[in-house]
Amino acid sequence: MKRYLPYLALVFFASVPLWLHDQYYLHTLVVAGIFMLAAMSLNLLLGYTGQLSLGHVAFFGIGAYVSALTSLGFSISLFGYQITHEPWPPVVGMVLGTVIAGLCGYLIGKLAFRVRGAYFVIVTVSFAEVVRLVALNWVELTNGPLALPGIPPLTLGFEWTGYVTLWGKSQNYYLVLVFLALAYLVIKRLVHSPFGRAMIALRENETLAVSVGISVTKYLVLAAVFSGALAGLAGSLYAHYIQIIDPMVFMFLNTVTMVIMVVTGGKGTLAGPVVGGLIFGIAPVILRNYVGPEVQWILYGLLMIAIVFVLPDGIVPAIERWFNRASSAAQKSEPSLALQTGKG
Amino acid sequence: MDQLLQHIVNTLIMGGTYALLGIGLTLIFGIMRIVNFTHGELYAFGAYMMYFFAAVIGMNFFVSIAFAIAAGMILGAFIEYTLLRSKRGADIDTTMLIMIGAWIVFQNLEHLVWGGVAKSIPSPLPEQPLVLGPVSLSWLRVMVLVIALALIAATYVVINRTKLGKAMRATFQDSNTAALMGINVNAIHTMTFGLGSALAAAAGALLGPVFVVTPTMGDLASLKAFAIVILGGLGNITGAAIGGFILAFAEEIGAGYISSGYRDAMGFVIIIIVLLFKPTGLFARTERVG
Repeated sequence: MKRYLPYLALVFFASVPLWLHDQYYLHTLVVAGIFMLAAMSLNLLLGYTGQLSLGHVAFFGIGAYVSALTSLGFSISLFGYQITHEPWPPVVGMVLGTVIAGLCGYLIGKLAFRVRGAYFVIVTVSFAEVVRLVALNWVELTNGPLALPGIPPLTLGFEWTGYVTLWGKSQNYYLVLVFLALAYLVIKRLVHSPFGRAMIALRENETLAVSVGISVTKYLVLAAVFSGALAGLAGSLYAHYIQIIDPMVFMFLNTVTMVIMVVTGGKGTLAGPVVGGLIFGIAPVILRNYVGPEVQWILYGLLMIAIVFVLPDGIVPAIERWFNRASSAAQKSEPSLALQTGKG
Repeated sequence: MDQLLQHIVNTLIMGGTYALLGIGLTLIFGIMRIVNFTHGELYAFGAYMMYFFAAVIGMNFFVSIAFAIAAGMILGAFIEYTLLRSKRGADIDTTMLIMIGAWIVFQNLEHLVWGGVAKSIPSPLPEQPLVLGPVSLSWLRVMVLVIALALIAATYVVINRTKLGKAMRATFQDSNTAALMGINVNAIHTMTFGLGSALAAAAGALLGPVFVVTPTMGDLASLKAFAIVILGGLGNITGAAIGGFILAFAEEIGAGYISSGYRDAMGFVIIIIVLLFKPTGLFARTERVG
């Protein structure tokens, strides 16, 4: 039953645009899906290597800006040289956004993993703030606070299939769904591979992991590269879907949204970011009928505190425990699934 | 040259409040090992309390500062008592998540209570600037520096010369032994957090009249405070005081000679550089990398 759950969920979500015709709700789901993708990338670091990156929005924003600038073109003067870039197709922008965000993950990983714990958190926050200030102040390139409007939507297809430009909500919905499913599969393969086990070993006991020959820097930096690239992909999807970006994408609250999604759903579980993403993607739609944005954020903050106190592992492990208890009541003492899901 | 002189004077004035922020956080982050993201909110809280007492109620300016600091201390003690006391043995990530949640709650409460419009606090000091040769500065800023230095000195005396300070240092060095010596460890935790928060609120109450008070003013303050603490070395009060002045100097120079848009980036550049090359901070003796 448990094994088929992801497929059932996929079929269910694939059917959503068929019966949900309200454009506003579809839009909410698309944005929630994009943030879910970002939360999945954060989960790789926070959940599997145990390193909290509080600057994750930097990768997201870099992906968004690179992708937008590639497809819009720009002209800047740098050290006396005039650099002009003609617009390229949005798909190329998306690939570049992903790759460059991954490269930033490499750089930050190389630099920041010299320190751990609280220091790592502070380095990542600082990185995100520096990137935000650059996006705000390098007006020639990023248009600063005036935003980059008119980002073209993605165009998919080949010469022999014909092209389709993704203007509509349901088209973008399916695009995000495909990327979510792919990301889920890739991360699943990743965490069950020797690479994933090395990450989990580093999280559980770094000294012990090193003593059996796991290279700390190599695996942590690799995790940062994957995580950065995936967040960059999410950012580039966001840019081409919303079609306008400004330095507000680097807002710290966006990182907080990702962290809340991961922590609430369950860090270090495959389904955690999905469940958390659904809850925090849909909650604003329901809450906005009753309370203003400030009260919403207050509620999220309180929920985050409550989760740490009541369900420190998150919702998914709690459900799993409950499920295991129910099934082990039927057939005595089934071995724990804890290791499989990566929660030691 | 005159311009540099003006920058140095500005550095001294900003540095005093930065030092207050940094010393407050070094007590909480450096000694108690709590990654306190609410520090900036306590700073904003101090500024709003200052606004409340001085502008809304219309109390005496200096009495308002004292009241704002006291309010910050009470709020800090409340945070420690409600959110952190039961999680004392927990790992650093757990308390960090709690503090992030608390940060969001406080910031949005400020937004809810005071609105998004920036508030200004009237100052009773003469508008006419004090001109000393090529340098000019406002009386308000001079007063800010004097009060900040007085508070720094008072904190130094409390930590290093009083029985309470001794109990604090003992508690965070070895909690069990301290408890055996008859120190009320719980009370010390609450008091230390309250003291650190009071210093953040003091910085906010002092800078509130200089600038304006907004709900998001705490964001940068938190991160700057972390920069100062890391610069000075965890738990090092003298280091944090000097770190405050260094950060203020870096910001002045960055704003004056590079671009004013990058003023706030200097703190983050400092964090990144210090953590990469000397993670123990500039003034630390012992290895204390988290």
